[in-house]
Amino acid sequence: MLKNRIIPCLDVKNGRVVKGINFVDLKDAGDPVEQAKIYSDGGADEICFLDITASNENRDIIYDVIEKTSKKCFVPLTVGGGIRSIEDINKLLNCGADKVSINTAAVENSKVVIDSSKKFGSQCIVVAIDAKKNGDKWEVFTHGGRNNSGIDALEYAKQMEENGAGELLVTSMDRDGTQVGYDIDLMSKISAKVNIPVIASGGVGNLDHLVDGIKKGKASAVLAASIFHYGKHSILEAKQYLYSKNIPVRI
Amino acid sequence: MNVTIVDYNSGNISSVINSFKEVAQGKVNIEVTSDLDKIKLSDKVVLPGQGSFKSCIDALNKINGLTDILNEFAISNKKPLLGICVGLQMFADIGYEETETKGLGWISGKVLKIDNQNGKFKLPHIGWNQINIVKNSKIFQNIENNSHMYFVHSYEFIPNDKNVVSATTNYSSDIVCSVEKENIFGTQFHPEKSDKIGLKIIQNFINL
Repeated sequence: MLKNRIIPCLDVKNGRVVKGINFVDLKDAGDPVEQAKIYSDGGADEICFLDITASNENRDIIYDVIEKTSKKCFVPLTVGGGIRSIEDINKLLNCGADKVSINTAAVENSKVVIDSSKKFGSQCIVVAIDAKKNGDKWEVFTHGGRNNSGIDALEYAKQMEENGAGELLVTSMDRDGTQVGYDIDLMSKISAKVNIPVIASGGVGNLDHLVDGIKKGKASAVLAASIFHYGKHSILEAKQYLYSKNIPVRI
Repeated sequence: MNVTIVDYNSGNISSVINSFKEVAQGKVNIEVTSDLDKIKLSDKVVLPGQGSFKSCIDALNKINGLTDILNEFAISNKKPLLGICVGLQMFADIGYEETETKGLGWISGKVLKIDNQNGKFKLPHIGWNQINIVKNSKIFQNIENNSHMYFVHSYEFIPNDKNVVSATTNYSSDIVCSVEKENIFGTQFHPEKSDKIGLKIIQNFINL
């Protein structure tokens, strides 16, 4: 039976983890390679890096981070943030990333998803959708949540599936950072709309939220950052909790 | 010993390279090449494959003489070869992804899209699934039945002779996820991405 996945996400800025695990025994709490290794040893089903580096001159650091991590972690690595072109994708995959998550570029130029899924296969193309509620619908935002494209998130999700995305990483901007739980309504609607796996993101504050994301939100995988980073819960604890709620997980 | 990972522009093979190098620890030479002479002289060959059946077969055919060398290696000389993901699928006679495409024909059978039962099962089949070992394959030495492996695929290999099947996984139906036919091995899952247990399979192949 296919298991639901738990994916910890590390925010990386200028090659350093900005929100990370706060363990005292860490030699270097800002080292993304070391943090990723802790997660993979702890049973993470995949690891996601979100590169939030703002300046162009430091953007190449992420390649080095991925290259080092992929030599130590033998679970899938997804990288997102600032991916604009086929060339960016090619470079990340060559460094050892298994999947890339594309956000702004997918909205601005539909060819990026169409061409990259043809060239590299759908299995490595994740489209990240940052959605914010407006009345009775959700709109897709770009540029790290700064710009409203006005595009309907549900229609967009379907379009991305048709364009060749292998998975959708759906983040509720209303919930992100709030720790009050996923936007279940958004997750379940998108999940019902498409036939590709949906990864739920944004708003996890406790383990029940992970359960809700899967059971009510119908997500195939759940992504979380802060509940793992600050040592509130380990990956194993999360998996054991999900298991106790009859959710199939890899333990 | 030389283990060659065939680099034929079949998509992303860096994870395969990293995992084999991790297991080899410098004791076994891991070569990444499309050089026909090097492939010919190696002790073992790994045939990775990502993207579609057609794109991988096209990429193989683009390198002049490569399929002949692989045929010689695996069929005439019967040296150990491991196909991963589409690398395994290409063993078939024929694949139906994108368009009907002739495979290597090493293990008789075809590659079809997984039946998603009218949308009941999402495709691609992505994530960790358990393998049901149905035959004592050499690459499963010290691998427990029901171990979790990482999968990502939408198509499945359906061999004519079920005796070649060494493991299945359940997704919509029992999907063939590992085969062994004499010196030819294949996994639909990605051992290079299946954590320590996956590295163990790679170790078993290197140790053959």
